[in-house]
Amino acid sequence: MSKKTIELEVSRTPEMGMDFRPAPGPMQPVDLAEPDLQSERMLINVGPQHPATHGVLRLVLELDGETVVRCVPHIGYLHSSFEKLGEYRTWNQVIPLTDRMDYLAPLIYNCAYAMAVEKMMGVEVTERCKITRVIMMELDRIFSHLLWLGTWAIDVGAFTPFLYAFQQREKVYKLHEAYTGARITTSATRIGGMMSDMPEGWDVGVRKFINELPRTMDEIESLLSHNAIHIGRTQGVGVISAEDAIDMGLSGPNLRATGVPYDVRKDRPYYDYETYEFEVPIGEYGDCYDRYMVRLEEIRQSCRILHQALDRLPEGPMNVDDPRVILPSKTDLMNDMESMIHHFKLVMEGVKAPPGESHFSVEGSKGELGMYVVSDGGSKPVRWRVRPPSFVNLAAIPQLVEGGLLADVIMVNASLDIVLGEIDR
Amino acid sequence: MSMEGGSGYKDVPGPAEETGALVSMPSGLERAHATVPVLKERFEDAFLRHEVVAGDEHVVFVARDRLYEVLQWLKTDPDHAYNFLSDVTAVDYGGGRPIQMVYQLYSIPHRRVLRVKAEVPLSDLEVDSVVPLWSAANWLEREVYDMFGVRFRNHPDLRRILMPEVYAEGHPLRKDFPLRGRFSRAEQTRRALAQAPEDYYIPSDFGPGRDFQVVGWQEVGGEPVPVKEGSAQERKASPPPASGSPPDPTRS
Repeated sequence: MSKKTIELEVSRTPEMGMDFRPAPGPMQPVDLAEPDLQSERMLINVGPQHPATHGVLRLVLELDGETVVRCVPHIGYLHSSFEKLGEYRTWNQVIPLTDRMDYLAPLIYNCAYAMAVEKMMGVEVTERCKITRVIMMELDRIFSHLLWLGTWAIDVGAFTPFLYAFQQREKVYKLHEAYTGARITTSATRIGGMMSDMPEGWDVGVRKFINELPRTMDEIESLLSHNAIHIGRTQGVGVISAEDAIDMGLSGPNLRATGVPYDVRKDRPYYDYETYEFEVPIGEYGDCYDRYMVRLEEIRQSCRILHQALDRLPEGPMNVDDPRVILPSKTDLMNDMESMIHHFKLVMEGVKAPPGESHFSVEGSKGELGMYVVSDGGSKPVRWRVRPPSFVNLAAIPQLVEGGLLADVIMVNASLDIVLGEIDR
Repeated sequence: MSMEGGSGYKDVPGPAEETGALVSMPSGLERAHATVPVLKERFEDAFLRHEVVAGDEHVVFVARDRLYEVLQWLKTDPDHAYNFLSDVTAVDYGGGRPIQMVYQLYSIPHRRVLRVKAEVPLSDLEVDSVVPLWSAANWLEREVYDMFGVRFRNHPDLRRILMPEVYAEGHPLRKDFPLRGRFSRAEQTRRALAQAPEDYYIPSDFGPGRDFQVVGWQEVGGEPVPVKEGSAQERKASPPPASGSPPDPTRS
């Protein structure tokens, strides 16, 4: 009987080096307990109903011992064909579909869709609407990152940050509810404006929230950032190089963690983002820990943008003064026959978009969120396409987990920040 | 307060041409984009037309057969370097018009956007895969295949992605596809219940060396359907009897 040995590539003990990176341990051959045992690769099915897959994602993993040899993701369990449904709805009726895609950051999707249609139609929204949308999008970036932070902490084995994050998240839910009447399915935008002006004191509530948030962030950071278990499980795990990340089409924090400073808000500014003062955090190693750090910093930068946006929020009308897209006021409707007809036609036929198309990208919480709308002059889209950031990010998961350990699959999946509603659409 | 006509909007051109919902702009505009004139000069025969939509979005139509060549040049030429493939999608305008493939490119070093389109006739829905250029195209092309039925030559793993592997009703985002699907609700339910657990796996899930392969194309119901190695169509010796009223397009 020959004595077989296997080699440990890298010791996984989280002994910290000088730079808080795990120091590689000495390589020690380990005697196999039962050398006659056949070694066979094993198939293991993760999901679709598994809490750590963050939705109905199914991964078929092929294991050699504890090492993942191959990973095949299966998606489509939540597919409800939003893009097909959109072709049977008027331009404004599509808005409720958008927030059901990414239910973790619904307002970003509402805004991005309205912005794409407005760009195609050549409608320029009012200054107050622009800044309100910036506030909403940054608020939901925080909203989405907080959920990611909480579930990430759960996956790494820490429960307290989850509670801290959800306590803050609840405040954003309340703000959603105060503005739109709904906590998740907000449907806040309309073509040419918002569903309504913001309620009295809403901006004060946002200000209060962003004043309180940094303290919680400090608490969460002190629990995780220098925690040996957290570092040991995330540093050097799921590494991807900058070239590979661009090749795979990663965007958002996942791309920036590899050191590529690509942020749509900076590179192709919309809604005067170039006039706001904020930094784009980037990582260095492209591993799970860097993705964590990038998102933490993004929450703080979003707070900065929110402060500036609230400072410059002007008085004035919320909706454009364009009878083609915006309903007449109730007073006009009751007193003026033309307004009555106008109201009737807008409600019954919907907004009519001139022929054309637009591919409009915003920086969503998950990455570059593109909305591609095509019109043939009717009141319904010929094609409404969402460039789904999580979908493209998730496509990189086989490359990230293959060669790693089974336990790391959970961390890599958590670090990508996916939302299955938008992946499956 | 008139409801008709196109005036009142900013930067919106007049009525659409017949072939697509796009409008050609005056030729001076193409100089506004740094890539388009160079592309036009270099690929004179492949460059079909150039359009500017929504104010500042540049769209270039290229011949389908030269599409891969054009995209390869756009990606590798250091003066343009469209290294980030933002989106691959398709548009079906219906009425038998060709399907448009849409490639949304972005150059991170030059901060430049370009949309490249190619028209694919319904009779021959096939284009070259761009996965060798950008890995990001892998899932995006699978989605286009799933939703529109466009086949991609040399794609490493061309199979459905959002719809189930055994889905037999066609390609949902085509304009001739009814909103509720081709089969009756009863037939859809029957098929859902008749699915075997193996239908949820693909051959590449089972062990090494059994990578997924399209072994041929089958012409059924006027539409080519890939026959896959070890796929459900191949495994099931006898298909379940079709009880619904509409004809089954794949299991003839």
